[in-house]
Amino acid sequence: MAWIDKQRNVIDFTLSSLLRRKGKNAALVVVYTAVVFVLASVMLFTHALKREASIVLRDAPEIVLQRMVAGRHDLMPVSYAAVVDRITGVSSVKPRLWGYYYDQLFRANYTLLVPDDFRYGGGDIIIGEGVSRAGVTGEGNIMPFFGSDGKLVSYQVKEVLPSESELVSSDLIMMGEADFRALFSMPQDRVTDLAVTVANPQEVLTVAAKIRQQLPDTRPIIREEIVRTYDAIFDWRSGIMLVIFSGALLAFVIFAWDKASGLSAEEKREIGILKATGWETSDVILMKFWEGMAISFTSFTTGLIMAYIHVFFSSAPLFEPVMKGWAVLYPEFRVVPFINFYQMATLLFLTVVPYTTATVIPSWRAATVDPDAVMRS
Amino acid sequence: MTGLAVHAAVEQQAAAAWLQRNAALVRQHRLTDLSLFTEARYTRNPSMADLNTAFQDYPFSFEHFPSGSLVPVPETVRKTGR
Repeated sequence: MAWIDKQRNVIDFTLSSLLRRKGKNAALVVVYTAVVFVLASVMLFTHALKREASIVLRDAPEIVLQRMVAGRHDLMPVSYAAVVDRITGVSSVKPRLWGYYYDQLFRANYTLLVPDDFRYGGGDIIIGEGVSRAGVTGEGNIMPFFGSDGKLVSYQVKEVLPSESELVSSDLIMMGEADFRALFSMPQDRVTDLAVTVANPQEVLTVAAKIRQQLPDTRPIIREEIVRTYDAIFDWRSGIMLVIFSGALLAFVIFAWDKASGLSAEEKREIGILKATGWETSDVILMKFWEGMAISFTSFTTGLIMAYIHVFFSSAPLFEPVMKGWAVLYPEFRVVPFINFYQMATLLFLTVVPYTTATVIPSWRAATVDPDAVMRS
Repeated sequence: MTGLAVHAAVEQQAAAAWLQRNAALVRQHRLTDLSLFTEARYTRNPSMADLNTAFQDYPFSFEHFPSGSLVPVPETVRKTGR
């Protein structure tokens, strides 16, 4: 109990000492909080998006097979599906018909897709929420497209996909196969690529190798690569953000180190008085330890809470320009708070521990000198 | 801190249903990518190698134009299209 009482008294004294220099300490806490806020925002945002991508894309096709002609991607002959289907281990092969359409009016890129079971008729389309927003259109409206022959074709919007699916469907336009082929003048015996399902997940690589053997002009892309793509992208983008902020971070490190490691004359005098009134060196170090903890922990907690609100309550508006780029159809979505506690613990360790240590060492030096000399200096 | 952890857990549970629905949409239509980078054909499906794309060499190659992440389109270009 005596130990706890002692700690309480020291903390009490530390806080009143901090309040006596509130201007200087408040400035430090503000800068410290801002640095933690930026770092934590980048970490929370990129980790949450990576997790969301891995959950949503878990059911992406196991293998997507593309055809290569002269080293470039080309349309896939439908007959290739039968060849792949005969390979042992393949449970199904489905052709995919999809492509892009640039809308000159709204300067937006749409992704056009033919679903297996398009439940509407010719001339009808289903659109994503982003298309509806950008094209200012909705159910029952008409959307015009220029076909590959230059003629204008109009489709009727039968359905708008739910806004909760924007992360995967914002720019999608679904239509029947006949409309798709007519719009792009795509031959009947060609598809964009093939989606291959493998019965045993352990055999995906073997099946991909067999496909390459039997159809040397094709390129299989396995699901693992799709998910890894998103890891690479978000690491890359968060890396860019961190590089930009590293200058600010270094400035903060120098500022904090200077503040923490050099004691002002007033602080030295305070230590001298404490020693003269009977404080032990260990008590002075304890006081400085609590001072460092109070500043760094308050800043870390405030920065983290602000980052959490920024990312998960307001969808990270500070990062939107980076994520959005030139996109017209940027999806409106709320990021699900998937938190990597290991990452947060690392951030805590890298911010709180160095600062606290930096405050303790100079105080120990000042506390070991004769109180009279410290007060006179 | 505990509050954040509890909030995150509650939100994850609440989001589980629509995340599953999105996963089902991906499965049903055999989608391969998130519609996050819709600014150009070569950024829309980063996992798919495509004609004239930054990713035609291999699917998880880095974004071709990282400068696009830093510099937004000038306001005059956005307005006039030039």
